[in-house]
Order: sequence, then C-alpha cells, then structure tokens
Amino acid sequence: MPREMFVREVRELQDEMLALGSMAEKAIARAVEALTTRHVMTARQVIGDDDLLDEKRTQIERQALLLIATQQPVASDLRTIAAVMTVATELERIGDYAEGIAKICIDIAGEPALPPITIIPRMADRARDMLDRSLEAFIGRDVEAAKRIWNEDDHIDALYDQVYHELLAFMISDPATINRATRLLWASHNLERIADRVTNICESTVFMVLGQIDVIKTPELAR
Amino acid sequence: MGPAGSGGSMSDTLGRADSGPVAAPQQATPEHEADHVVEVRRLSLWYGEVQALTDVSMGFPRNKVTALIGPSGCGKSSLLRTINRMNELIPGVRTEGEVLLNDVDVYGKNVDSVEVRRRVGMVFQKPNPFPRSIRENILYGAKINGYRGDYDELIERSLKQAAIWDEVKSNLKRSGLALSGGQQQRLCIARAVAISPEVLLMDEPASALDPISTVKIEDLMRELVTNYTIIVVTHNLQQAARVSDYTGFMLSDEETKGQLVEFGATNDIFTAPKDKRTEDYITGRFG
Repeated sequence: MPREMFVREVRELQDEMLALGSMAEKAIARAVEALTTRHVMTARQVIGDDDLLDEKRTQIERQALLLIATQQPVASDLRTIAAVMTVATELERIGDYAEGIAKICIDIAGEPALPPITIIPRMADRARDMLDRSLEAFIGRDVEAAKRIWNEDDHIDALYDQVYHELLAFMISDPATINRATRLLWASHNLERIADRVTNICESTVFMVLGQIDVIKTPELAR
Repeated sequence: MGPAGSGGSMSDTLGRADSGPVAAPQQATPEHEADHVVEVRRLSLWYGEVQALTDVSMGFPRNKVTALIGPSGCGKSSLLRTINRMNELIPGVRTEGEVLLNDVDVYGKNVDSVEVRRRVGMVFQKPNPFPRSIRENILYGAKINGYRGDYDELIERSLKQAAIWDEVKSNLKRSGLALSGGQQQRLCIARAVAISPEVLLMDEPASALDPISTVKIEDLMRELVTNYTIIVVTHNLQQAARVSDYTGFMLSDEETKGQLVEFGATNDIFTAPKDKRTEDYITGRFG
C-alpha cells in the first residue's frame, strides 16, 4: 500500500473536519450574537450557511468512504477514519442547533428582550470553547484532554438550569413573556445539546486512540 | 487406518475428538475459547542450525478458522507444518516443545505420522490434484485409509462439501488436471475432507487463484468450519480479516526468529491490536 499517499489523504480528511468545525463554531457565535442583538439579517445568514455545513459533511463522508474502499484501512487507520466520520456528523448537528437558535432569533426579534439573555452568550462561549479544545484534543490524540473536556459538560448543564429557573420565574410572574421565554429556553437547550455533542467528539477521540468504546463513561475515568 | 502404536488403536493414542480441553496456563489463548483441537506448547523449530520458531504457545479453538499472518520468513508456514508433522520430511529439522492434537502430543513416541496426517489434512498453495480422474482423486486417500463404505456416496459427499459437485458431477472420469485452477483447489479440498480429518491446514490456499475463485474458497472455508477446525496461513490480510475467527501475528526479528507476537479474536486484531508491531504490520508500515 502506498502508505505515504494514504497518510496524506487521512491528513486532508482531518483538515476538512477541522474546517467543518470552525464553520460550526462560527455558526454558534453568529446565531447567539443575532439572538442577543436581535439582528435578523445575521440570523438569516446563519440559516442560509447551514447548507454549506451539510455539504462539507457530505464531502467528508464521501472522502472517508472512498478511503475505506480503496485502501482497506485497519486498526488505528480505520479507527481514525471512522472517528472523523462520527465527528463530522456531530459537527453538522451542532450546525443544525445553531440554525435553530437563528430561527428563534427571527421568531422573537420583534419582542422586548428578557434579562436571562445575558447568560445565553456565556453558555455559547463556553460551548464554543469546549468545541474548539475537543477538536484540538482530537488532532493531538490527547486522551486526557478529551476526558477533561467531557467532564466540563456539567458546567453547561448548570448554566442551563440557571437559565431555566430564571425564565420560569419570568413566565410565572408575567404570562405575557411566555412566548419569548419559551423560545429562549429552546435556544439555551440547543446550546446544552451542543455541549453534549462535544462530549461525543471527546468519546470519538478516546475510541480513535485507545480502540475502546464508552471507556470515558466509566465513573473512575470520568471523574 | 495406519498401523497402530503399542498403546492400542491410533485413535485412542491421539485422543478422541470429544476429549475435554486441557488447561494450559501461560499460553496465548483467545478468551472464552477453552476447547482446543490443537495446542502448541513452547514450540521451537530449527532447520539445521537456523532457528525458525521460538517458544510458540497457542491453542486453536475447535470449529473455528484461525489465521496465521506475518511477513515472509516469520515462521507461519513452519508452524503450520509442525501440526501434521510435514516438517519432518525435510532433512535436519529439529523441534522442541509439544504439539497436542486432542491432548496427545503428535510427536509422541507411539504416534504414527501417517495417522497424524489423516487426522490433520492439508491444502497447499498451488492446487496439486493427482494426474488421475476426479473420482480417483477422492478415493485415493480413502482407500489407503481403509475406507469400507459406499464409494459413490463418499465422492458425492466430499465434492459437495467442497462446493464443486455441481460443476463436475456430469463427468467424474475427467482428469483432475483438466479443471480450472479454482476447481482444482476445491478438488484438493474435497480430497482432504474425504478422509474425514478433524483439522484442515491451509497454506495460502487462494494465493494462486483469481478473485472469483478466491471468493469461492473463502465461502467454502466458512462452510467447512462447521465440521472442521481450519488453520490458514495467508499473506492476504483482508482474507484473514474476512474468513477467520482468530488471528495470530508472527514475526522474526534479529533476536527472535518465528515468535508469536499477538493472538486474539480477528475482530480485535484488525480494529484494535494490542501490540504496536501488529499494528504496524497490518496497517502496512512494514512487511
């Protein structure tokens, strides 16, 4: 097997995955920015750009399948390609969550803002940071970092709980806010789901390096 | 049936197929597979002064396909040939350790090598039918081994088991050499199963065949394994991945000739091998 060519093609595949990662990250940032500034134009762009993420993911999948078909990779080579395919799917889904936030922005742009909206950008920053570092851990084959990031999901969950309770208080005290508050809850739920997807990326890293599935979920390793 | 040794009939001497597994600590044993037809214990082999196997221990599970892989000169064919004592046909060969067939050492004093080779059939890289009719090819070994049953029945059953019956049944008097390469190899497999062995050794059985014939041999191996234990040496890693239940990776390096580096379930070896040398070999980094 022309190993040199294979190594190059796997590297290119990972580069494409990173490109998709940065597209997803940007989509989160812009969607949340649109939501907080109620900038409908930006939201529309995020929605339009989601097609690009879908295309990129399809391209990665096609490239990965071609590599499997032509090079018949095994062992760590196979695990790497399988992991890239999984991560690409996760990134594409993250893009969908960002698109969802952009749609919420359009839905409630005409209504006055609610204070919990200040926590949402914090959640988004945190999720983006986790996403960024999870891809770094993937490229660096850093199992320890992947496990650390996996555990950070709790912080996002805690922020989500905070948003949830604050929005609930608003809805109880002033039913006129129910429409806005419910949608903001959805938006923050999307961010919470994005962090969950990041944990899946971390699991893919562990699988790629160690060849073990679900190892990260065992309590002694997760803590 | 070959001449019996002093300890009674040869079948008794070599152990029965239903005799229980032997606990063999320290040997490479696939997990959850305790029932081994063949067990190799601390086996070393020399061709004259040249060592070809070093301290190999492994068990071959019953009714499973075990593949032996490794670069040229790693000792996999030598290991295969110790199992039916084919190596002793080469002058100057010396072995140490044990090869147990149903718990009895095939190199034991009272064991007849002809009987061992009846119990452990072999299929070679190049198809080697006798220059006789298809019928004679099947009956030859059976007659030598004193088969007393219905010849026609034996021929049909053997050829069917080797998935070649439909292609040759119309003219069994045709010479075995008139068949295509792939058909010849299946005829050789039919000849091997005609004498009811327990183990089938296959040394690169498809390497001289075209892709279609290769697929037929691979399919056949999966069918045969319900009745036999198959040990196959192959250079084709994808073939090992496709047909085998267990895989042993062998290697010769400067210090150690013909060592067993890793042995385990094929699924594990090809997705997450434990030893870096196995990983490097199967991913094409060397060999």
